[in-house]
Amino acid sequence: MTGATTTNALQMFAQSEPGEHRTLIVTLFSVFVAFTLAVTVWAGRKTKDATDYYAGGRSFTGFQNGLAISGDYMSAASFLGIAGAIALAGYDGFLYSIGFLVAWLVALLLVAEPLRNSGRFTMGDVLAYRMRQRPVRTAAGVSTIVVSIFYLLAQMVGAGALVALLLGITGEAGKNLIVVLVGLVMILYVTIGGMKGTTWVQIIKAVLLILGTLLITILVLAKFDFNISQLLGAAADNSGKGSAFLEPGLKYGVTSTSTIDFISLGIALVLGTAGLPHILIRFYTVPTAQTARKSVLWAIGIIGGFYLMTIALGFGAAALIKQETIIESNPAGNTAAPLLAEEIGGGAGSTGGAILLAMISAVAFATILAVVAGLTLASSSSFAHDLYANVIRKGKATEKEEIAAARIAAVAIGAVAIVLGVFAGSLNVAGLVALAFAVAASANLPTILYSLFWKRFTTQGALWSIYGGLFTSVFLVLFSPVVSGKETSMWPGVDFQWFPLENPGLISIPAGFLLGWLGSMLSKDEDATGKKYAELEVRSLTGAGAH
Amino acid sequence: MSSTPPTGRPPDVYEEVQQSEEFGELRRAHRSFAFPLTVGFITWYLLYVLLSSYADGFMGTEVVGNINMAFVLGILQFVTTFAIAWWYARHAAAKLDPRSEQLKAAVESRVAGNGTEVGK
Repeated sequence: MTGATTTNALQMFAQSEPGEHRTLIVTLFSVFVAFTLAVTVWAGRKTKDATDYYAGGRSFTGFQNGLAISGDYMSAASFLGIAGAIALAGYDGFLYSIGFLVAWLVALLLVAEPLRNSGRFTMGDVLAYRMRQRPVRTAAGVSTIVVSIFYLLAQMVGAGALVALLLGITGEAGKNLIVVLVGLVMILYVTIGGMKGTTWVQIIKAVLLILGTLLITILVLAKFDFNISQLLGAAADNSGKGSAFLEPGLKYGVTSTSTIDFISLGIALVLGTAGLPHILIRFYTVPTAQTARKSVLWAIGIIGGFYLMTIALGFGAAALIKQETIIESNPAGNTAAPLLAEEIGGGAGSTGGAILLAMISAVAFATILAVVAGLTLASSSSFAHDLYANVIRKGKATEKEEIAAARIAAVAIGAVAIVLGVFAGSLNVAGLVALAFAVAASANLPTILYSLFWKRFTTQGALWSIYGGLFTSVFLVLFSPVVSGKETSMWPGVDFQWFPLENPGLISIPAGFLLGWLGSMLSKDEDATGKKYAELEVRSLTGAGAH
Repeated sequence: MSSTPPTGRPPDVYEEVQQSEEFGELRRAHRSFAFPLTVGFITWYLLYVLLSSYADGFMGTEVVGNINMAFVLGILQFVTTFAIAWWYARHAAAKLDPRSEQLKAAVESRVAGNGTEVGK
């Protein structure tokens, strides 16, 4: 994507009849897919045992893993969803990026290092350490898969929205074909490359995404003489909402319910990250806790820089494109960033516009593909390692059988993702991801923190916090406006909604913590007595005996 | 393949280490830094969220040009996040890593690979 010759070639390619940019998008994206598949095959050759498949041989450096974490984290939700949310709701869209970033401090201070020290492949490893293995692993596996599927749904919705706009495919059949292709490529990444291949895909994607975003950001800022105030002023004017566009409240301040929804969302964002399974397993790809720490530090720098740029993208889109145009293209704003790229390159029909649009779209596809691969890897790993090897086969499965199970699970979960993508509607992608965060924060985070830091925590407490947090959050979402009762709902036609908030975090996260505490206090288990906790605590803080 | 904690090891090594003064210092060095700081940055973040929700007038105050209080506080969240990350990295390198490495070596020399305890 760099170099003058390539650019010339692309320019010739894009000599612009309307619609030609589609060929360009498909070409760029195909180049990405071909290249990453080659890398995956190369990584797959080096994947021999379980540590290679699940944890990339623990051979990555802090910087590489930091990039890969960023690649896993900067999903379609961050890129398309946040830019779109800012473009339509102004300042309120900004909250997402802040919550998503601050959340990393929880991972840095409390989770990454002890997790690396005491686990091997999955979140379940850490929980199973001091608890009765089978019930706790079952719970960890179930919640990993549920969180991942919520997250997958968000990515597939993003893919659907992009396909419709960028490839001009309006027919259902064409759109579905693309979703199926995306799903198949992702399955190849995961089954062939395992963690090693998937990590390289994340790294490549993160670099492309950052470079692409940086380019658009510089072009946008240049239009406003690198004066942020001028950019914000233009955004406020062009949005038709004046200075209210730059103040909180446009999206969430309408009623007192939406204000509380905003708070609920904020809590879910900041506590969710450190409970996301596909993020947690990334800490196992490095050799030591110190490298895990370095990975997170790099990730905070990269992700923070990226979110600062999304501010320019969002307000830039608001300043340069009419609100009606954005909404017409996608009611939730998911296509604001690509529209901005086209505009900044010279507008619809121009060669520059076509090239930038194609580039950003290809990057967005790459983003979706990579994140979906990360999620599929996390959930299939947990299925194979927690559920299959340790629960179903009771620890008697050979390493070969376990990896085979992981590959089969990856195909199955990939199939689920494809089906979700086909049926997904027009929800805002950032909102959907926020739900995954709420579930992770309610079910996983309390259990992880109690396991690592609370001596009295018991098996019953762990089960109550996982299932309780999981059930509460999913139950509340089911009866929220996200699913039914509103025009923007998943099923707008029906109405069985009674829970007013779109994000359940405000209720379900305290519920998860409370249930974990209560379950432990009411527990008659003797496993609360110190020995196992002593071993876990010593190992998690010192790294003694870490694999 | 099992990922259970190896049961062959004498568990009392870990209990002894856990009770030791050195380990107590390591735990204190981690907890007394990480716990209050976590409470601190979550409070600061929630304060920001609450201000965004309920203090429209204050957040709308213009600071420079079109840049208002809400924007400044939002950017400040980025700044504090970077600062805390940097601070923790320094703290960990100075106060945690030397202690944990020492203890790790001590534990591993007592718990040999095959699970038998080696003399002190």
